[in-house]
Amino acid sequence: MRHVLSALVQNVPGVLAHISGMLASRGYNIDSLAVGETEDPNISRITFVVVGDNSILEQVRKQLEKIVTVVRVDDISAQDHVERDLMLLKVKSPPGGKRSEVRELVDIFRGRIVDVGQDEIMVEISGRENKIEAFIERMRPFGITELVRTGRIAMVRSQSTTTDGESGPKLHDSSIRKYVN
Amino acid sequence: MTSVKSAAGERVLNGADILVKSLVEQGVETIFAYPGGASMPLHQALTRYSDQLRTILPRHEQGGGFAAQGYARVSGKPGVCMATSGPGATNLVTAIADAKLDSIPMIAITGQVGTASIGTDAFQETPIVEVCRGVTKHHYLVTDINDVPRVMHEAFHIATTGRPGPVLVDMPKDIQLNTEMASEDSAMNLPGYSVDNRKAQPEQIKQIAAAIKLAKRPIIYCGGGIIAGNASEALRTFARKTGIPVAMTVMGLGAFPNTDSQSLDMLGMHGSVYANMAVRDCDLLLALGVRFDDRVTGKLSKFARHAKIVHIDIDPSELNKNKAAHIPVVSEVGYALRALNEIVEPKTDMQSWLDRCQQLKDEHPFKYDDSFDGILQQHAIKELSQLTQDRRTIVSVGVGQHQMWAAQFFSFHSPRTFLSSSGLGTMGFGLPAAMGAQAAAPDALVVDIDGDGSFLMNVQELASCFCEKLPVKVLLLNNQHLGMVVQWEDRFMGGNRAHTYLGPIDHAEAKGRGSGLYAQDRYPDFVSIARGFGCGAASVSKKGDLGGALEEMISSDGPYVLDVQVPYQEHVLPMIPSQGSADDMITE
Repeated sequence: MRHVLSALVQNVPGVLAHISGMLASRGYNIDSLAVGETEDPNISRITFVVVGDNSILEQVRKQLEKIVTVVRVDDISAQDHVERDLMLLKVKSPPGGKRSEVRELVDIFRGRIVDVGQDEIMVEISGRENKIEAFIERMRPFGITELVRTGRIAMVRSQSTTTDGESGPKLHDSSIRKYVN
Repeated sequence: MTSVKSAAGERVLNGADILVKSLVEQGVETIFAYPGGASMPLHQALTRYSDQLRTILPRHEQGGGFAAQGYARVSGKPGVCMATSGPGATNLVTAIADAKLDSIPMIAITGQVGTASIGTDAFQETPIVEVCRGVTKHHYLVTDINDVPRVMHEAFHIATTGRPGPVLVDMPKDIQLNTEMASEDSAMNLPGYSVDNRKAQPEQIKQIAAAIKLAKRPIIYCGGGIIAGNASEALRTFARKTGIPVAMTVMGLGAFPNTDSQSLDMLGMHGSVYANMAVRDCDLLLALGVRFDDRVTGKLSKFARHAKIVHIDIDPSELNKNKAAHIPVVSEVGYALRALNEIVEPKTDMQSWLDRCQQLKDEHPFKYDDSFDGILQQHAIKELSQLTQDRRTIVSVGVGQHQMWAAQFFSFHSPRTFLSSSGLGTMGFGLPAAMGAQAAAPDALVVDIDGDGSFLMNVQELASCFCEKLPVKVLLLNNQHLGMVVQWEDRFMGGNRAHTYLGPIDHAEAKGRGSGLYAQDRYPDFVSIARGFGCGAASVSKKGDLGGALEEMISSDGPYVLDVQVPYQEHVLPMIPSQGSADDMITE
């Protein structure tokens, strides 16, 4: 089972080392990890993709929450969310023949060509993991010379209706489990 | 700028003063500190506060770390130790890791090279925060003098609240010397640390009470959480009100008096037959302040396999970690027990279960060969226990056979009287821990029951005991071997001795070809060693002399080592082999 966890952490030196060290020493497998600032300069967000059954996920989450500088952990994949990955990729495309074919595929995948060299072009593309994977497969026959990905980031969608009359957190809301049973 | 009036006129406080002042403000009365280049300003500051804060000089930083633990384990207050940068700091690591696994509140302060030199592989530089990340509850590298009051405030808060643990504060030398403090603000900034709400919900308490009501064969499995949470009284009330039998982990010994008829004593690998059988057969396991450690459970799938499991612990990550609980409760265990005591009803329908437990207890007591001609380890411990029952006695131990025998044969009836490196299992723990315990409880009799292997690992602390006037006693069960490893060699490796004899390599015992029960030509001469340190010492090998020798040790004024010659072929029993279950228990 694949889970996307999103952790808010204090923006202090060593917090990433602490978290990655904990995950490594406890033998948890992390597929992807992305770190960046948030709207609050004191807080950073780390997004993880963890593969494992529910008991592994529960432990990963509790061990993350136990780290003093981790403010809160959400299991985003349990909620309606948007997930993105950004990739830069260089693909061989000598002038002429194949270059227009590559351009066509970039358009279909809604990517952008951001640099054009003598024999290769650089493409920027973002989206869900499976779209990125599919694009890589389409580019492979042309000859990928370099590839870099950011790792997954994700965000929960806003409530589209106002049917939920209650305000404040609910007990089963995963985000507040750090403070209650 | 902060300053104080002194005889020499106005003196500006530096970072070291601020740190030491914060220790005093936190109520610290004793610190175990070994100086060095990068911690000299801190030690200078300690002398300026010496009327409020006693500094005890250990003879090795590891000794200081374990002494701080001994102090914390006895007093319940955070133990504080200090070392210089580099090797001083790395020497503390074992004591820090030990405090983490046994959940002991400890503040470890290390000097660090100046901030400008950090990262340059300077003399005596180690990245101690990096080294210790995984073995601390939290850690700080102070890089701004204005952070010192807040960091110290947070360090004590984190070490002592929730599940206690060690906090490291790494303090560069230039920050110690800096006098340019702009703000004394010590307000904490811990948005990710909140442990106030760790209290069982009323509906959970009702659920537990209902489970108890339904149970036919309930048992309490309690541990270090009861001690750390000062919940021993609440546990006793709960046990007596319900009548449910109580089994304890090594960390839990003393939580419930083992002289009580409800006590099943220790469970686990070297626990009692009756505790392990009762856990095997129970239908309700009340796990209180415990973590289902492998030395307790053996094979997890067979541990309490018929039981409904209630697990109460203050650390959410312990719930469902090793063994899934039917009723997992994140709570201060004392709070939960007091709430339970309000509503729980006496159990009147489990007489056959109590009879069964009593029968097991009668049939399988901890035992040893009473008729043995010399002094058996178990016998020496039992004698000491009997001689000290009427006075406040604190026992510390090293790691190995003597540790398990102390757990089995010494009678503990109050919390904070048995100090054992239980999670990490660090040899050499006993003497420095006893030293710290004696500093915390000057009027108590503090005895380190030790083995010759463990004792030698921190024997230098005899000097601290002597020089700091800490009259610690050492009951040295000297079998010239690493007894627990020998036992495993005998049981599982055909008796092949692999570097488990502690005497010269040309002795027959080194090859496992010793004749008789005792090692010949004992080495080293512990009595001379102890006397060399200024301590009292005697050696005893005859059973008839033991009582008198123990009395002399107990009544001596200063530190004292009683070297007891014991055989090396004795095994700690019962024993459940690693990853085994109660059904695999070895009793002969």
